[in-house]
Amino acid sequence: MYVYDEFDRTFLAERVAEFRDQVTRRLDGALNEDEFKPLRLMNGVYLQLHAYMLRVAIPYGTLSAHQLRRMAHVARVYDRGYGHFTTRQNIQFNWIKLDNLPDAMAELAEVGVHGIQTSGNCIRNVTTDQWAGAVPGEFDDPRIWAEILRQYSTLHPEFTYLPRKFKIAITAAGHDRAAIKVHDVGLRLHRNDVGELGFEVLVGGGLGRTPFVGKSIRPFLPARELLSYIEAIMRVYNQYGRRDNIYKARIKILVHEIGAEAFAEAVEAEWEAIRDGALHLSDEMIADIRSRFVYPAYEALEDEPAEFVAAMGDPRFATWFANSVHAHKVPGYSIVTISLKPVGAPPGDATADQMDTIADLADAYAFGEIRVGHEQNLCLPSVARRDLPELWRRLDAAGLATPNVNLVNDIIACPGLDYCALANARAIPVAQEIAKRFADLDKARGIGRLHINISGCINACGHHHVGHIGILGVEKNGQEFYQITLGGRADEQAQLGTLLGPAVSYDQVPGLVEDVVATYMELRATPQELFVDTVARLGVEPFKERVYAAH
Amino acid sequence: MAAPQQQKLKVNGPVTVTANRLTDGVVVWRTAAGGWSTDIAEAAIVTTAPEAIALLESASTPHNEAVGAYVAPVVLSGNGAIGPGNLRERIRVAGPTFALPGAEPHAS
Ligand code: HEM
Ligand code: SF4
Repeated sequence: MYVYDEFDRTFLAERVAEFRDQVTRRLDGALNEDEFKPLRLMNGVYLQLHAYMLRVAIPYGTLSAHQLRRMAHVARVYDRGYGHFTTRQNIQFNWIKLDNLPDAMAELAEVGVHGIQTSGNCIRNVTTDQWAGAVPGEFDDPRIWAEILRQYSTLHPEFTYLPRKFKIAITAAGHDRAAIKVHDVGLRLHRNDVGELGFEVLVGGGLGRTPFVGKSIRPFLPARELLSYIEAIMRVYNQYGRRDNIYKARIKILVHEIGAEAFAEAVEAEWEAIRDGALHLSDEMIADIRSRFVYPAYEALEDEPAEFVAAMGDPRFATWFANSVHAHKVPGYSIVTISLKPVGAPPGDATADQMDTIADLADAYAFGEIRVGHEQNLCLPSVARRDLPELWRRLDAAGLATPNVNLVNDIIACPGLDYCALANARAIPVAQEIAKRFADLDKARGIGRLHINISGCINACGHHHVGHIGILGVEKNGQEFYQITLGGRADEQAQLGTLLGPAVSYDQVPGLVEDVVATYMELRATPQELFVDTVARLGVEPFKERVYAAH
Repeated sequence: MAAPQQQKLKVNGPVTVTANRLTDGVVVWRTAAGGWSTDIAEAAIVTTAPEAIALLESASTPHNEAVGAYVAPVVLSGNGAIGPGNLRERIRVAGPTFALPGAEPHAS
C-alpha cells in the first residue's frame, strides 16, 4: 500500500469544499449548466441516461480495506447499494443525486480517493497490473512508477487541456495484464543487458473509433528519465495533436499521420532539451516514493500446509483454486482473483455488502489490501496458502467464488444503453445472456481461456476490439445490432480483432457466440490450443462459413 | 436512437421534449403548462418540426430545473396514452432492462 501525505489530504478536502460551493451555486441558479458542466466533469461527475454518475479513480488499482469499506458506505447511503468496477481501474456510482455529491465526495476524500482527472482532456488514472508487487518474475513494482506519474500529472497546468483524454498504462511482468499496447502511452518495465531498470516506450495505441496498437518508439529508457521523456511526449502531442476534430484528436491519430519514426524524432529532440532539467528523477526522490509503499510482513510459510492439502480433497475448492488462484513471489502465499462475474449478473458490479465482505476478508487474510483489474474483477494480492480454504468458504457464502476467471463467462462489458447517454445498444444484458448459455462451468473450463468483450458503441469502453470475441453494439433503423470480431487480444501480443461478417440482431448474439465457440471446439488442433490461437491459425473464414450458414 | 446532440430535427410522428432533473438526474418531460413532470403521461406532444423547436426552446431558456433538453419520439396508443418512442426512451422511462444488484439508498 502507498501512504498518502498531508498534502494529498488537505488538497482533497479543499477540493470538496470548492465543489460543494459550486453545487450550491448551480442549485440556486448562480451558475448555469454551461458554466457548471466543466466543473462537475473535472470532479468525475457525469450525467448519464437517468442519473448522475460519479467516477472515482483507484490509483494503479490498489485499494485498502478501509477505502473499500468507505466505497461500500457511499454505495449504501448515497447510491442504490452497489458500485461498478470499470476497465480503467475506476469505480463508478451510478445513481448519486447532485445535492448528495459533495457529501459523498467528502466521505471518499477522507480515505484519500476522488474523481479528479477521471474525466476531461487530461492525463487520466495511470493503470497497471493488478498483481503488481506480488507476482513472481516482475522487474520492479510498476506502482512506484505509476505513483511518480500520478504525482507529476495531477493538476499539471500544462496538460490539463490536452487535445483529448490521455491514458498511460505500465506493465512490469512478462505477461501484460495492463493492456499497455492499447493505451496512448504504454510502458514496459524491464532490465537491459547490464541490469539497469528502464522502460520500453510505446505510443499511439488506443481503442475507440479508430483503434490502433501502440508503436514502440524507444526500446529502453532509463527509469529515472521517465518524467522528462513523458513530458517530451506530452509536449509534442499538445503542440501537434489535432484540436479541430474531436475524432482525430487522440495521440494515436497524430502518430499514425506523421508516422512513429517522425513522432519519435520530435520527442527525442524535445527530450534532449529538457532531460537534464527539473524532471530528472534523483535516486533520493525515487527512494522516497519507494519507501512509501509498505509491503506485507510476509512470514516463512509452507506452500502445502495441512489445511490446504486437506481442502484440495473437496472438488469445489480444488476447482476454485485451479481457476482463481495464482502463484505468489513469496513461498507460502497466493494471489487470489475474486470474480465479479457470477453467471447472469452485470459484469463488474459489487453490492455494498459484498464490498464490506471483501474488505473484511482482506483484513483477515490479505494484509488489508485489494486490487482492481481491467477485467472488472477484484483481487487479493497476498493470501497465505493455509488461509485459502477458509477464505474460499467465506467468499463462496457471499456469492464471490464463481470459478470462471478468464473463461467464456468472465465477460467485460461497458454500461451500454442501460446507463450510458452515448450508447447505441445494450451491452450488459448481452453479457448476461451469453454467460447463461455457458452456465455449465465444467463445459466453460473445457473451452479454456476465452475473453469476450462487449461495448455499446464505437467508443469501446468494453475493449471490444481486443476481445478474443469482440461484440460492438451499432444501431440500424432504431434497432440494436451487433458486429462481431474474432481474434483480438490485449496482452503482450496485442492485436485487433477481425470482423466476422454482417451485424446481427440482439436476439441472435448469444446463439452466434455459441456457434463460434462450437466451431472452435471442432477446429482446435489440440484441447490445449486456445480459442485465440485457433483463430490466428485458421483466420475467421471457417468461423464465418459455419456461423452465418446457421443464422 | 442517435445520441441527442447528433439528432437532426426531422419530425415524423409525435414527439416530446425530455431532459434530466437538475437536482438528481431523474428523467423529466416538458408539460404543456411550461413545467416539468416525471410522468410521461403529462408530456406535451407535438407533431411538426417548428412546434418541436418551439417546445425545445421554451425548455432551454435559462432555467434551473432540468438539464440537457432534447426532442424525443413518443408513441400514442389508441386511447391516447403516451409511451416512449424507442428503446433508449423506454429505458429512460423504465430504468435498466435487468435487475439492479443493490437496494435503495438511505440518504434523501
Ligand atoms: C459516463 C459513462 C462513459 C462515457 C460518457 C464514456 C465515454 C467514452 C468515450 C467518448 C470514449 C472514446 C474516447 C476517444 O476515442 O477519444 C471512451 C473510451 C473508453 N472508455 Fe469510456 N465512457 C464511459 C464509461 C466507461 C466505463 C464504465 C468504462 C469501463 C467499463 C470505460 C472505459 C473506457 C475505455 C477502456 C475506453 C477506450 C480507451 C481508448 O479509446 O483508448 N468508460 N469512453
Ligand atoms: S462504449 Fe459507448 S456505450 Fe459503452 S460506456 Fe462507452 S460510451 Fe457508453
